[in-house]
Amino acid sequence: MSESLFVSSSTALTLMWQRLKQNPLSFAALCVIVLIATAAIFAPLVAPYAPDATDATAALESPSWRHPLGTDEYGRDQLSRIIFAARVDLVVAFAATLIAVTIGGLLGAILGYSRGWADMVAMRAVDALMAFPAFVLAMGITAGLGNSTTNVAIAISITQIPAYLRLTRGEMLRLREMEYADAARTVGNPTWRIVLIHLLPNCLPPLIVQATLATGFALLTMASLSFIGLGIQPPQSEWGVMAAEGASQIVTGEWWLFLFPGLAIMISVLAFNLVGDGLRDLLDPRMRGVR
Amino acid sequence: MGFFYYVTRRLALALPTLFGVSVICFTLTYLLPGNPAMVKAGPFATPEHLAEMERQMGLDRPWPEQYFRYVSGTVRGDLGESASTGRPVSQDFLQRLPATLELNLASLLIAIVVGIPLGVLSAVHRDTFIDHLGRVVGIAGVAMPSFLTGLLFVYVFFYMLNIAPSPLGRLESGIEPPQHVTGLYVIDSLITANWTTLRSSLHQLMLPAATLGLSAIAPVARMVRSTMLEILESDYIKAAWAAGLPRRTVIYRDALRNALIPVITISGIVFGFLMAGNAVVESVFSWPGIGNYAVTALLTKDSAPIQSFILFVAVTCVIVNLAVDIAYGLVDPRIRLS
Repeated sequence: MSESLFVSSSTALTLMWQRLKQNPLSFAALCVIVLIATAAIFAPLVAPYAPDATDATAALESPSWRHPLGTDEYGRDQLSRIIFAARVDLVVAFAATLIAVTIGGLLGAILGYSRGWADMVAMRAVDALMAFPAFVLAMGITAGLGNSTTNVAIAISITQIPAYLRLTRGEMLRLREMEYADAARTVGNPTWRIVLIHLLPNCLPPLIVQATLATGFALLTMASLSFIGLGIQPPQSEWGVMAAEGASQIVTGEWWLFLFPGLAIMISVLAFNLVGDGLRDLLDPRMRGVR
Repeated sequence: MGFFYYVTRRLALALPTLFGVSVICFTLTYLLPGNPAMVKAGPFATPEHLAEMERQMGLDRPWPEQYFRYVSGTVRGDLGESASTGRPVSQDFLQRLPATLELNLASLLIAIVVGIPLGVLSAVHRDTFIDHLGRVVGIAGVAMPSFLTGLLFVYVFFYMLNIAPSPLGRLESGIEPPQHVTGLYVIDSLITANWTTLRSSLHQLMLPAATLGLSAIAPVARMVRSTMLEILESDYIKAAWAAGLPRRTVIYRDALRNALIPVITISGIVFGFLMAGNAVVESVFSWPGIGNYAVTALLTKDSAPIQSFILFVAVTCVIVNLAVDIAYGLVDPRIRLS
């Protein structure tokens, strides 16, 4: 009870910030994301070398002071490439998530509010989409649309839409029966206004949690797609592409080529998962302690 | 009556899903590069020849008719022809399926054998070091791209320690495959008492199965942990404690047995997980299964195998989930009634 009083006396954002600070693991993970994003934005300033600068005299060097993460067969600096790759990886992951949240959230809200036959048809379509493992569906769509950064983002977002749609629809089914929804209808608000302004904001907390976790998953999907040669193509620096290039050098023992891009993916995905977990504890008190 | 009704209803629910899956796959066919008529007519075909080919293959017909053709073809097992192997995809598939099945089953076994004890320990020792460790292992298993796990394994066990064979296929070179019974080399060599082949196939299977299995440990452990926690809080367990039953009996006999029921459900999800992870792991280890087949087809823009792979995975997932739900209704009568 005291908690809900507290919410009303403080803005949601500062509360979120305060609570997040109390969860050291999620807070650290958030710092990691901010750090990676900052490095990506200021890549030309942060990276010690240009990502495509070759240096024949420094080919396949193991990590050293000059090249902290080593160099590849063309003498390109791995650290610089990983930093520049973060741009592609983060942008695609965020874009895919944003598209999916927007479309899935809106559709789910409309369907959940209106119910009826459109809702039934849409839910069967969602069932069908969810029958595909996300990665396999993303594989098929990318193969169909062609290898480009935009297409990877579209493919990943299509695989994620069903989850948001289901989530928002479920919340909407519950919210539309609430007293304040009745009140909004009684005073004559148009339907779009009830859905978008009155009810949808209350679906946001679970959507935000889902979106954070899904961003990590999007990163993983994209990297795996480019690892098997789909989507983003070399010589573009992308973590999955770099790991795939490094994989061919594994039998000669150049471990730094596959390990560091792989770790970059792992750390980012881990960070998004931990922040997502932390947000869930924050935004949904019922889920506290449940993992 | 109850169970029969439940099965019928569940089957009826699967039909629209299968219909949707077929529509999505059919749509993908149109998106995929490489006009099938062009593939069949060859690179030197004249436009007239191509148009004739399209007419023969029915590609000029209206969409609904083409969809109907597609579905009836698929049901009869006609999955088209692979442009690169020049053979029917269904034949290529049947040849490669046992390899995938062997890998997936081995991974599922690893996930269950490691995941269940991990989940039980985490629940019993809630919020202790073991629980936190379990959580970290779980999250890391999910966050780690399977190609990274695979490459790390190859680097450590093949390159550094030299205890694993080179990551190239199901048998070391020079070893004959066992006599074909099931197609799963481990089982076939066991049945025919072919010990050299058994040793080699287990040796080759070890790393890919561990790689794929690792990614599936987390969902199993998480599921077991949360059900176990719920059950440990329930009245009948409290009664068991109150009756003074030994700890071991309460946890491993009374609680665990019920906690294992949801594992059936999670195994369906895990199966989807494994099917998806398959393509990547198979290509890291050059494992000659259908995932690797699809990846090779992707690179050569050979559309029939890709499309069949996607359809196959989706249909298998629907069927596995159906089977899981029915099995669940069988063990837990409460499900049928809700």
